[in-house]
Amino acid sequence: MIIAEQKKLTEIPGMVAPYRKILLAGCGTCVAFCSAGGPKEVDKLADALLSENKDIIIEKTTTPRQCAEKFIDRLESKIGDCEAILSTACGNGVQAVASRFRDKPVLPALNTQFIGVEKEPGIWTENCMACGDCILWRTGGVCPVTRCAKSLVNGACGGASEGNCEVSKDRLCAWQEIYHALKRLNQLHYLKQEPQVKEWPIHPGKVVREDLREGEATTGD
Amino acid sequence: MSLREALESGKFVVTAEVAPGKGTDVEHLLEDAAVIKDRVDAVNVTDLQSSVMRLGSMAFSHFLTEMGIDPVYQVTCRDRNCLALQSDLLSAWALGIKNVLALTGDHPVLGDHPKARPVFELDSVSLLDVIGKLNSGVDMVGNELKGSPDFLAGAVVNPGADNEAALDLQIMKMETKIEAGAKFFQTQGVYDLDAFEKFMKRIEGFDAKILGGIILLKSVGMARFMNKNVSGVFVPEPLIQEIKAAEDKAQASREIAVRLIKGMKDLCHGVHIMALGWESKIPAILDEVGL
Repeated sequence: MIIAEQKKLTEIPGMVAPYRKILLAGCGTCVAFCSAGGPKEVDKLADALLSENKDIIIEKTTTPRQCAEKFIDRLESKIGDCEAILSTACGNGVQAVASRFRDKPVLPALNTQFIGVEKEPGIWTENCMACGDCILWRTGGVCPVTRCAKSLVNGACGGASEGNCEVSKDRLCAWQEIYHALKRLNQLHYLKQEPQVKEWPIHPGKVVREDLREGEATTGD
Repeated sequence: MSLREALESGKFVVTAEVAPGKGTDVEHLLEDAAVIKDRVDAVNVTDLQSSVMRLGSMAFSHFLTEMGIDPVYQVTCRDRNCLALQSDLLSAWALGIKNVLALTGDHPVLGDHPKARPVFELDSVSLLDVIGKLNSGVDMVGNELKGSPDFLAGAVVNPGADNEAALDLQIMKMETKIEAGAKFFQTQGVYDLDAFEKFMKRIEGFDAKILGGIILLKSVGMARFMNKNVSGVFVPEPLIQEIKAAEDKAQASREIAVRLIKGMKDLCHGVHIMALGWESKIPAILDEVGL
């Protein structure tokens, strides 16, 4: 899922300051699971903003996903005379809402971090950079593109210390993790390979599926 | 004799290194290089070592060629994409630089611009592969070059990797580097000859010349700092005590270096001395070793 963190409460009041009435829109999927932008966080954020500025009027709502047209539609009836939408979705959701309601400023309440998992309560780690060319089959299910700080695809650098990455002692060396995983799977031979050069995708990404383009266009869901 | 000729001759090769500083002042570095000029087979020039922004390795490597020193141009993949790396390699050759040490490079977070965006599009292995392609007259996508280099390419290996996985990974990567064109290796600093001997046994038969790394121990503080912060460097406690007990620390440092180099003479093909500003002490060390 997409992992996000709420922006600092020093930043959000400045963003909403120009507006008298805002719609605070939560998102019920990824950011709800990572406790950043679901209905609970919407309530807390509204309270915090009201304690900063008692004159602001905040309408609250949470839609299951802000990245799907049919759920974004549900915001329409809630907007009313709100002057701006403060979204607790990821950057994808914020942009999807902004492109749907073009005459309203849509403000991000979160900083989107990465695609990852909850490692243990209160700790999330990054697993996938959506690089467009998955090699997990030969790296023991551990992604070096994402989990190696240098995205190395030809094996470990010499910087690891006691199994940890040179950038921080609280991150494991991905290549040592790959080594242990491949050893467990009896697949260490995958480490012997021709020199690889990672081909990076060109942004913005676009996926075209001709087989799905016949008939009625489907969007977002 | 060039580094290539020295390595091919079978003699015990000695390389040293100089590290450009922050700013345009190169006088002291040129003096350091002059002191060791006639005693070493080549001098490495580091590329923004420790991810600290400094004067570049290509410019200083070129200065060395003008002094009649064969430079080893260190190139990391941290700061340049494949266009810049290939272009710099062609430029270096045009400036008379004939040896390249291909490195992945430290992460910027370790240096003085910790927010700098790292590149790492290539790494030490793919850079070696690209050097091979440039040598063969084409760029990495196969376009023909009008005039091509003939670099001698080298790489590094960390024999002191601190666990089995790390060491296995180092050795596997070393093999890949050799397949990708590395003809020589300069190792991370070695202080434990027994461990180094074991490492050399493990890589027996590898088709490359190995230059054991010698870092001159300047103080107890430096030894402890390296033990704590430099991956793969381990200064055993007796050596630290030896420096501590010595009245003349520089003399003790020289004696340790002499012992290590003598020990390496039977184990590998040469030494790479990292004097870290103590280049003036290298000639006396080599005198004592008989090199």
